[in-house]
Amino acid sequence: MKKLKLVMVGNGMAGVRTIEELLKIAPDLYDITVFGAEPHPNYNRILLSPVLAGEQTLDEIVLNPVSWYEENGITLHLGKKVVGVDRARRIVKAEDGTEAEYDRLLLATGSNPFILPIPGKDLKGVIAYRDIADTNTMIEAATQYQHAVVIGGGLLGLEAANGLMLRGMQVTVVHIMPWLMERQLDNAAGKLLQKSLEARGLKFLIGAQTQALVGDKDGRVMAVQFKDGAEIPADLVVMAAGIRPNTELAEKIGLHCNRGIVVSDTMQTITDARIYSVGECAAHRGVAYGLVAPLFEQGKVCATHLAQFGIGLYSGSQTSTKLKVTGIDLYSAGDFIGGPDCEEIVMSDPYGGVYKKLVIRDDKLVGACLYGDTVDGSWYFKLLREGRKIADIRDKLMFGESHLGDTGHEGHNKAAAMAAADEVCGCNGVNKGTICKAIKEKGLFTLEEVRKQTKASASCGSCTGLVEQLLMFTAGGDYSAAPKKKAMCGCTDASHQEVRDAIRDEHLLAIGDVHKRMGWRTPNGCSSCRPAINYYVLSTWPKEAKDDPQSRFINERSHANIQKDGTYSVIPRMWGGETTADELRRIANVVDKYKIPTVKVTGGQRIDLLGVKKEDLVNVWKDIGMPSGHAYAKALRTVKTCVGSEWCRFGTQDSTQMGKDLERALWRMYAPHKVKLAVSGCPRNCAEAGIKDVGVIGVDSGWEIYIAGNGGIKTEVAMFLCKLKTAEEVLEYSGAFLQLYREEGWYLERTVHYVGRVGLDYVKKKILDDAQGRKALWERLKFSLEGEPDPWFEFDKAAVDTRQFQPVGA
Amino acid sequence: MSDWKTICRVEDIPVLGARRVARPGSTDVAVFRNAEDKVFALLDRCPHKGGPLSQGIVFGESVACPLHNWTIGLADGCAKAPDQGCTQRFSVKVEGGVVHLDLEELNKSAAEAVRYEATQV
Repeated sequence: MKKLKLVMVGNGMAGVRTIEELLKIAPDLYDITVFGAEPHPNYNRILLSPVLAGEQTLDEIVLNPVSWYEENGITLHLGKKVVGVDRARRIVKAEDGTEAEYDRLLLATGSNPFILPIPGKDLKGVIAYRDIADTNTMIEAATQYQHAVVIGGGLLGLEAANGLMLRGMQVTVVHIMPWLMERQLDNAAGKLLQKSLEARGLKFLIGAQTQALVGDKDGRVMAVQFKDGAEIPADLVVMAAGIRPNTELAEKIGLHCNRGIVVSDTMQTITDARIYSVGECAAHRGVAYGLVAPLFEQGKVCATHLAQFGIGLYSGSQTSTKLKVTGIDLYSAGDFIGGPDCEEIVMSDPYGGVYKKLVIRDDKLVGACLYGDTVDGSWYFKLLREGRKIADIRDKLMFGESHLGDTGHEGHNKAAAMAAADEVCGCNGVNKGTICKAIKEKGLFTLEEVRKQTKASASCGSCTGLVEQLLMFTAGGDYSAAPKKKAMCGCTDASHQEVRDAIRDEHLLAIGDVHKRMGWRTPNGCSSCRPAINYYVLSTWPKEAKDDPQSRFINERSHANIQKDGTYSVIPRMWGGETTADELRRIANVVDKYKIPTVKVTGGQRIDLLGVKKEDLVNVWKDIGMPSGHAYAKALRTVKTCVGSEWCRFGTQDSTQMGKDLERALWRMYAPHKVKLAVSGCPRNCAEAGIKDVGVIGVDSGWEIYIAGNGGIKTEVAMFLCKLKTAEEVLEYSGAFLQLYREEGWYLERTVHYVGRVGLDYVKKKILDDAQGRKALWERLKFSLEGEPDPWFEFDKAAVDTRQFQPVGA
Repeated sequence: MSDWKTICRVEDIPVLGARRVARPGSTDVAVFRNAEDKVFALLDRCPHKGGPLSQGIVFGESVACPLHNWTIGLADGCAKAPDQGCTQRFSVKVEGGVVHLDLEELNKSAAEAVRYEATQV
């Protein structure tokens, strides 16, 4: 088959990323030709600032060397500006006469700097700040001249000013607006930024309006003149007063442009279906984006359409900003200026150089502006995107998500201050140096890419904020790809919520039905979506949906916990943590009989037998003769209890009995993740009920119920739900909450995250305010659990494939 | 001509599942069956940290290691990028619904695997 022809005009980051995405999914569909006006292959434009500042070299910021184009069979025309397109005959024409035919044309012409229309703008020494040539001009100027003036105190202008200063020039920034970076910062943060840059040696003329540039007799700039008649010396003038989408070619060839080349959600120009456009030149729903993450999203969508898959729509992005001046942390997102209908929470410590402002409208976070301490930026950004109600976390909001409870990275919250050898991800043992190296060498831009390559923050995620900071100052630019929803996995674009909804609304009973209905891209899913869907169908349609053991992780398939050497651990159930001499004797005998190497008391008041061979599991279960503890499952694990009023001289309630009753009522309960309970008999709380999914604390007049605590990666104290009088009520309220979590939680979401997502107020509404709904939830849970088998003894009913315990071919 | 050792019937392996072929004195071999009833055999040892691949979740023509979720291709035994590393493949013959492995491979690699483990210590 003859290949189609794809021509791309523009050789920048957004365009080349689109080609990369295309090559991934349809490597042989097109003969590809690329025209680039610059004489360089694709490089990371965001990193021009570190190059200017002398922190990186030009070679280091090249993303796709010329060899990459060769290896992928791409015809590359460097230094050739495209000046015309014959849309009828489908031919692209460059300035030097080079022509190329196309079936599909991709315009990725980027943007042009805005040059102030003032006298003297064409003098020597007056430049914009946009590409490698500009950067080189500045570096060279710094070796010969003394005075630099940067016009524009936005992101780009400040980075340029900082770089020139580091190269030894005296730099004045001229900014017409009342404070710096007015599009990214509010007044207070802008002033803080100015102060700290002044301390480094930059000078500012705020509110000054440039009138003309004055030249010397050789035609080189020598001064900048202002409206009020003042003049300052200038050997170099950098115009950084904003950028404009480069639509010159598009307009010339008759494509509809309105602040950019107008494209649809498929990134097709609305004028000509054969012509696509991505990047800073494209106007999508009236917005031309200037940050990397949205442009890469566009590239991905565009690639699927070029590949003729016809899937994927780009629906716009929310963006956030950080500044790339080493040592200055600032972050903003959303509507951080606010207005009369907004409330603000502000923390200001000008002496300590920290300022934070959160803007709230209708009980939702709509904007954030952070200066000096930005580690929580990504969390605020997440709240902002999700539009979650914040009433229940309002008192903590300002202090961020991370606090003492976070573990695994030694309490670091400023990545810049860490040494290369410092561990960032405690789960996977990844240090700062490794992450930065991977980002540089593999050209990573997004959190997802870093997770894939280095595994950093890929397990528990508590170091996500740190990794994002590393991405920020290593790769530059914004790192937050901000899809409005997150796909479940690579097999689908559907989110967990959409899959749950479809299963409920359309009565889907099997994994295959879900795949068919929702258009899965893979024949039978993957190890991440299959267990989730299996849980969703079972929890949504109990007694109807059939369990698929091959879609469960090994622990739930073999009903034991796999260990690093391939042996298993066995934890029998001890109701409420109570045992008997008889049980202990049987356990001891089993340990001897099967030569089990390690016996350990768990944190959940049970006994763990470690190092059991898989072949022995069935007999070990039988000989111990105790029920499965489900210590291997996303299910009810343990109900930890203190001794309570039966023995304890302080006890006010019989916590052990309450615990046993809860455990008997709830065992065999599968859930989105593991579930742990605890019952204490008095407020001394010896059972540590404050860090459990459901914690029950006896007081003289009844029981207090706490929910959504967590003792793991993120230590989180459980939140008070209600106070109850009787043990029956404790069962009903606890059960109803857990059923709500079972029905609405996303797979692998602990209660702390579930409640974090929906909000405590929502849970209270469902459990406390709606008595009928609560009773119905409790009934549904009892219905689900009724007659559920013990997988250690009822193999058929529990769908345990016992063949797995024996090898074949002996 | 190679000698083939009878292992089991195809139905003895669960669809999208695996069985373990025990090799006394050396690492086991895992035999997999995918949704199209294709059968594959790999050394039962993930190239990452030695996890038993026979215990993983099978999908498409891949298996996810039960220890750290590396994805290993069933046909080539190699980890999916960006992870790197391969585990040994074994020849499989399915005839009349019966799965066979190459006897020589089973025996030979047993010795190699022992040597491998010896150098690990």
